[in-house]
Amino acid sequence: MATAAHIDAPDNASPLQSSEAVVVRFAGDSGDGMQLTGGQFTLSSALAGNDFATFPDFPAEIRAPLGTLFGVSAFQINFGSSEIETAGDAPDVLVAMNPAALKTNVKDLKPGGLIIADSGEFTARNLAKAEYDANPLEDDSLGKWQLIQFNISQLTLDAVKPFGLGNKEALRCKNMWTLGLSLWMFDRDRQPIIDWLKDKFAKNPVLADANIAALNAGHAYGETAEIGQPGMVAIPQRHVSAAPVEPGLYRTITGADAVAYGLVAGCQLADVKMFFGGYPITPASSILHALSRLKEYGVMTFQAEDEIAAIASAIGASYAGQLGVTSSSGPGIALKTEAIGLAVMTELPLVIVNSQRGGPSTGLPTKTEQSDLYQAVYGRNGDTPLPVIAARSPSDAFDCAIEAVRIATQFMTPVILLTDGYIANAAEPWKVPDMSTYQPFPVTFLDHVPEGGFKPYGRDNKLARPWVKPGTPGLRHRIGGIEKQVDTGHINYSPENHQAMTDLRKNKIDGVANHIPDQDVCLGTTSGKLALVGWGSTYGPIHQAVRRARAKGLDVSHIHLRHIWPMPKNLGELLKSYDTVIVPEMNTGQLKTVLRDQYLVDAKPLNKVSGQPFRIAEIEAAIEEALG
Amino acid sequence: MNDMTPIKTTPKDWETDQEVRWCPGCGDYAILKAVQRTMPEIGGTPENTVFVSGIGCSSRFPYYMETYGFHTIHGRAPAVATGVKLANPDLDVWVISGDGDALSIGGNHTMHMLRRNLDCQFLLFNNEIYGLTKGQYSPTSREGTRSPSTPFGSVDHPTKPCAFALGAGARFVARAIDVSKQLVDVLKSAHAHKGTAFVEIFQNCIVYNADVFAGFTEKANRDHQLWLENGKPMLFAGDTKGIALDVASLSLKVVDVVDGNWEAAGVLVHDVTNRTVAHMLVEMPFGEFPMALGVLYDDPRPTFDSAVFEQNAAVTKGKLPNLQKLISTGQTWTVDS
Repeated sequence: MATAAHIDAPDNASPLQSSEAVVVRFAGDSGDGMQLTGGQFTLSSALAGNDFATFPDFPAEIRAPLGTLFGVSAFQINFGSSEIETAGDAPDVLVAMNPAALKTNVKDLKPGGLIIADSGEFTARNLAKAEYDANPLEDDSLGKWQLIQFNISQLTLDAVKPFGLGNKEALRCKNMWTLGLSLWMFDRDRQPIIDWLKDKFAKNPVLADANIAALNAGHAYGETAEIGQPGMVAIPQRHVSAAPVEPGLYRTITGADAVAYGLVAGCQLADVKMFFGGYPITPASSILHALSRLKEYGVMTFQAEDEIAAIASAIGASYAGQLGVTSSSGPGIALKTEAIGLAVMTELPLVIVNSQRGGPSTGLPTKTEQSDLYQAVYGRNGDTPLPVIAARSPSDAFDCAIEAVRIATQFMTPVILLTDGYIANAAEPWKVPDMSTYQPFPVTFLDHVPEGGFKPYGRDNKLARPWVKPGTPGLRHRIGGIEKQVDTGHINYSPENHQAMTDLRKNKIDGVANHIPDQDVCLGTTSGKLALVGWGSTYGPIHQAVRRARAKGLDVSHIHLRHIWPMPKNLGELLKSYDTVIVPEMNTGQLKTVLRDQYLVDAKPLNKVSGQPFRIAEIEAAIEEALG
Repeated sequence: MNDMTPIKTTPKDWETDQEVRWCPGCGDYAILKAVQRTMPEIGGTPENTVFVSGIGCSSRFPYYMETYGFHTIHGRAPAVATGVKLANPDLDVWVISGDGDALSIGGNHTMHMLRRNLDCQFLLFNNEIYGLTKGQYSPTSREGTRSPSTPFGSVDHPTKPCAFALGAGARFVARAIDVSKQLVDVLKSAHAHKGTAFVEIFQNCIVYNADVFAGFTEKANRDHQLWLENGKPMLFAGDTKGIALDVASLSLKVVDVVDGNWEAAGVLVHDVTNRTVAHMLVEMPFGEFPMALGVLYDDPRPTFDSAVFEQNAAVTKGKLPNLQKLISTGQTWTVDS
């Protein structure tokens, strides 16, 4: 459980305290390297055997003006000796590299939590930029927290002095100094980070040495301070034991990488090449980046001139016999919508990945939200059904991507895979799966005229039409966005044919429900007083909240949907077996509406659209209120 | 599957059983016939040929060609064709578009296809009007065009398709007339060019914009056609006039040719690889100048698809795909039992 550890007062910090789980947030200017610090601390947590979850939170601006409130970049990690499913509610420790980082983050810190501040950055100028009237390190405004401050900037400069770097370059090592201190605080081995630095700066050994010196100095500072020299505050050190997990090979994975690898795996299982058409957009671009390096896996990537060309080229590739894939975020998906309709009409396989972000319009490009469910399920002209799948976590995105490829190729249909900014960027430990345990689902290209003649819009038992590669003799045919005649695929505007084709398209997608697993209850019982029904990245906070509530003896269960459309066949009955159904979502109630529509259940919304994930406590409170 | 043995076909082999649904007398019929006559001459094989179109009257074209065909959405044919060609470079890809489809809603894709130089033929049927939506003015309509959406005449300046193409980086630019006998030769040259071969075909919409090109297409006005041939002087009007360079103003001028002595008149010899002159030819204002037709520019350079495949081959050389290994690398650790 991600229960945060009690923070010991500095005066009884020694000997080593043992904690179950700790939430640490690194916050600094966007140029301070906080994402890098967080990433390496994450690696260190993994190597220490902790379970963990992370939440990178960075500004939309690439180089926001130095020291400003909107230029703050933060990275939060929750690590522990038992199962961790969220990046944690409130941090226990906040590392603030400047006044702006302190101001924007300190309100989240737990009462009694620890602030580590770089006093060297608390200059009059930086304080003004952060809109502080007085230096908070010097008045009692931080009284409800513990404060440890030292001039990290100066300590870093001192540490890297022998390497003769310029002032600017030298100060860039600050994040490694901070990381070194953090490693000491949590009793971590420095060697993996040193190896990583040597590798990263292989072409510039001086920078490698300087960063290592900064790392070591930060670590040494922790030890020295513990001795309690006059004028120095002792820094609490604690040890978080390894979490009991299944044996095996683990790695950290972000949702974006998991989607990329999952798509590759899916195409291997389908025995088909992949064509990825993309256009840069936050937070989806990382999928394009990852796939563009995997050409030896039969992956062709194409950075198109716009979102429309990205999907249109993917559709062209699907027509030519590869699996077309495109990826974007909400505004880009909106642009692709007409082409999605074309893929539905021409019944070509296609995977569309939406890494959702805050909307509407440009919205909040770097913040997370799950408000594109309506867009995915309903957002097209005409009766245009298609399957929708949602990943619940970075590692789950791997299997979801495989599932998207399976459904797209087996049913000759576009499939939308929903992730979000949180899943795309967050890293979590992932037990590397054994690919030989996955069941292949090879595609079949029609390559001869079948008995009874070739029908481009003929159907198999899943109502899928045949996939024919141009270049195949004897099977020439024309397709397009105009209504097709049943079987022949010729243009046909007749009323009865449109009715028949609309029904066929609907029945085909409805039929996907016969080829997906029944809905399970991931925590709790299959009936009872209360069920929390979620989808996507709310999995972690819902799961933890339900676990805590159940530990208190409350009758609450957690159901988490992967298949948003069509829904599992047993879902209606399952929902009706609870007295109350609550749907927590990072939108204004989209899944809630679909559930009400599909099953006439009185699903109650629990909504949050702040650009931040749910806190466990928020969901716990809703459970207690419902059962109170 | 892709049997590359050339087979002999006749124009008939390229006709589908579908009823052609253009207005009687539409210039599209003549273009369709010309394309069907071209295919046997270039040794095309129906199953290795794909026609991709957008939306508009012209874009019905694929339904009438006995090949593979994809009638896509408005303006997006170049993007779909890019996916087709990258997925299977052995296919002979033809993009069929119109002035609204290629230069209005799909202008972006047309530009990028041309600059990338995807190996395909791009036929732009220019009738200077929106036919399928019943006659609104298009981006190539002349100023003052009266249409349902511009009852008092259009006020915006038209774009010149060939100038647009050259500006976007096209390496092959040609012009022809729907009913001209030279269309087949132009299409053959387009097909012989490796890269995006851009062909503007003046197409007469008899319902909404009839005779808009009559100034040079009518029999009586043939003297206003300048048919360009590589290595030949730029002569027209029964070889009584020619195009010469006015050195002082660095522009083209019309000169009289007396007794066939074009050299004395300073008439230019057409060089299809001369990009500067090509820019001038596509910009010649009609009336004062004839309409330049035929292959205006043809200077191939490496295609997008060949560059993509070359790079992919180079960077994957010696690399064997191993998915299990791929997902097992990065920040890893082992938990012992």
